[in-house]
Amino acid sequence: MNRQISYAEALCEAQRQTLDADDQVIVIGLGVPDPKGIFNSTSGLQEEFGPDRVMDMPLSENAMTGVVIGAAMTGLRPVMTHQRVDFAMTAMEQIINQAAKWHYMFNGQHKVPIVVRMVVGRGWGQGPQHSQSLQSLFAHIPGLKVIMPTSAHDAKGMLISAIEDDNPVISLEHRWLYGIKDFVPEEPFRVPLGKARVMREGTDVTIVSLSYMTLEALSAAETLETRGVNAEVVDLRSLRPLDEQTILDSIKKTGRLIVADTTNKMYGASAEIAALATEKAFSSLRGAPVRIGSPEHPAPTSPALADQYYPRAPHIAAAVLEMLELPVDGLRFDPPEGRRLDQPNASFTGPF
Amino acid sequence: MALSPETRIQLFQMQAAIRTAEEAIVRHYHEQEMRCPVHLCIGQEAVSAGACAAVLRSDYAISHHRSHGHYLGKGGNLNAMMAEIYGKATGCSGGKGGSMHLIDLDAGFLGAAPIVGSTIPIGLGAAFSAHLKKEDRVTLVFLGDGAMESGVVHESFNFAVLKKLPVVFVCENNLYSVNSPMHVRQSHVRRLVDIATGHGLPAADGDGNDAEAVYRLTKDATDRARRGDGPSFLEFSTYRWREHCGQNFDHPAGFRDEQEVVSWMERDPISIHRHALIDEKIAHPDELDRIYAAQEALAASAIEFAINSPFPDPNTAADHIYA
Ligand SMILES: Cc1ncc(C[n+]2csc(CCOP(=O)(O)OP(=O)(O)O)c2C)c(N)n1
Ligand SMILES: [Mg+2]
Repeated sequence: MNRQISYAEALCEAQRQTLDADDQVIVIGLGVPDPKGIFNSTSGLQEEFGPDRVMDMPLSENAMTGVVIGAAMTGLRPVMTHQRVDFAMTAMEQIINQAAKWHYMFNGQHKVPIVVRMVVGRGWGQGPQHSQSLQSLFAHIPGLKVIMPTSAHDAKGMLISAIEDDNPVISLEHRWLYGIKDFVPEEPFRVPLGKARVMREGTDVTIVSLSYMTLEALSAAETLETRGVNAEVVDLRSLRPLDEQTILDSIKKTGRLIVADTTNKMYGASAEIAALATEKAFSSLRGAPVRIGSPEHPAPTSPALADQYYPRAPHIAAAVLEMLELPVDGLRFDPPEGRRLDQPNASFTGPF
Repeated sequence: MALSPETRIQLFQMQAAIRTAEEAIVRHYHEQEMRCPVHLCIGQEAVSAGACAAVLRSDYAISHHRSHGHYLGKGGNLNAMMAEIYGKATGCSGGKGGSMHLIDLDAGFLGAAPIVGSTIPIGLGAAFSAHLKKEDRVTLVFLGDGAMESGVVHESFNFAVLKKLPVVFVCENNLYSVNSPMHVRQSHVRRLVDIATGHGLPAADGDGNDAEAVYRLTKDATDRARRGDGPSFLEFSTYRWREHCGQNFDHPAGFRDEQEVVSWMERDPISIHRHALIDEKIAHPDELDRIYAAQEALAASAIEFAINSPFPDPNTAADHIYA
């Protein structure tokens, strides 16, 4: 188990192995078979499985979501992909009114085993309509499962679980994760949906984070270590079902909670987790929970504006230090000379 | 294509089944025990009966808010429908759905949902899976003239034609979307069938108050689909007698022109069919009266079944959120 592959390769492998194992699995989405292959997460699949199982589709997100719902109800297991979560907004009716409801409103007679993969497109000037993190819209809806795998390992294991799940699963994949490598077993394996993962054990504070923000949280935890603060980092992985137990256990141990989301705070996942802590672990809390998120305005395009929009590791570290009433000085908030913050590293370039 | 006497009598019987079931709802709705919106199709029965008679039980059908006729036409269980409208545990959706969420999978009736336009692509998805699995199965997608104004219609027609899917879109043009007549909603310079043909979707229109005409056009369309020749669109002109939602007539309150309503009621699809059967000596009036009376009795006993059925256990409200 010492093979490292990227997040995108892990997603692709999960689809390849489920396509191989189950004839009912199909993969469909705008650009799925094109040379870019959804950031390489679908590359080579059509060549291997043919155009009846891995296919492009018309620019009709609304109807095509209905089509995969109807196909799922009658026996297929479609995996649908959107290059941006923003594009799936034209399909919200099908996702919320239909996919999430048919099992319930027909009293269990229909199942809707679809996976809808959606990309959070942050970076390189993607702007207000190409970079949103809309997880809380979906996570509000009973009947949907909502996942945001962070590591390549979990990307593979959770996507296999999602495809095998009999419910509609919304998977939000942060674009900045696609190139990041991790140890990933070659054989098919499953990571259960609805289970958070303690990425780093600690005793002083619990940082609950999700998706790309977990990498920022881990980096903050390293900084904090040098200042004698021992942070526990919990990667949420699933928003619905929510792994309340893992979160509450951690809060009971540390007595402090910071939540770091990839988007703005109001009515979001961070609000939900803070509410969970106050409702169910109030007596363990030594202070008010703190939320880290972007400001309450759309993501701007210009790097000069976008650089300030996204909180990063130093912001998380500062929040922890303030909570512990420790000096905050010495944290570095500015980007390194000559670099912009609308890219995770210098190799990440535009335009799309 | 001449229809067999059996088929013609069967078409009469099915129209009677739909009419009598809905008349029974009309008689009881004011009691406030059917606590959900009902959209009656009285006056439109010929489309449900004709289209569904043209397909097999193993074929699929899917519908929208006004689905009683489609459900019964496809062979849906009458008692389970009434019980569902009464919110009972014995209802076809266990009381979770009501009149707007009928389902009978044994009869190939995939379901109904009232977000106008939304079941069109879902039905198309069922046809897509039948196509990918190479099953011999056709899907009927029922829609109204109002649904033709939704964008998803274009998306769905495009995909149906692109993939040559075994689907028949059955559009009932009853001239109204709720209380809005056609002329405030759609340009008169193009017909509904033009929307279909604009997508390369073969289309035909016919008299929706003539069950035999509906049957013939639907049969042609499903034959095409079974041969692998792809989808079709059928428009049937017809008319809803009662208010959009509920059991009353709406012309006394001024929602529609009385003359218009009366002229359509004079073209009652069931009377038309009955007279044709009698005139052509296919059936004796007494036989047709017996058939009609038998359906009335079934409708009454379905109401009784529903009333006598238990409500669902409140503890089951959270069942089936996830599979
Ligand atoms: C998306 C949506 N918009 C509005 C409504 C409210 N509504 C319910 S039925 C209806 C009329 C639909 O007309 P049509 O498709 O012609 O069907 P009919 O009622 O005539 O059978 C409307 C507007 C709805 N259910 N869904
Ligand atoms: Mg209408």
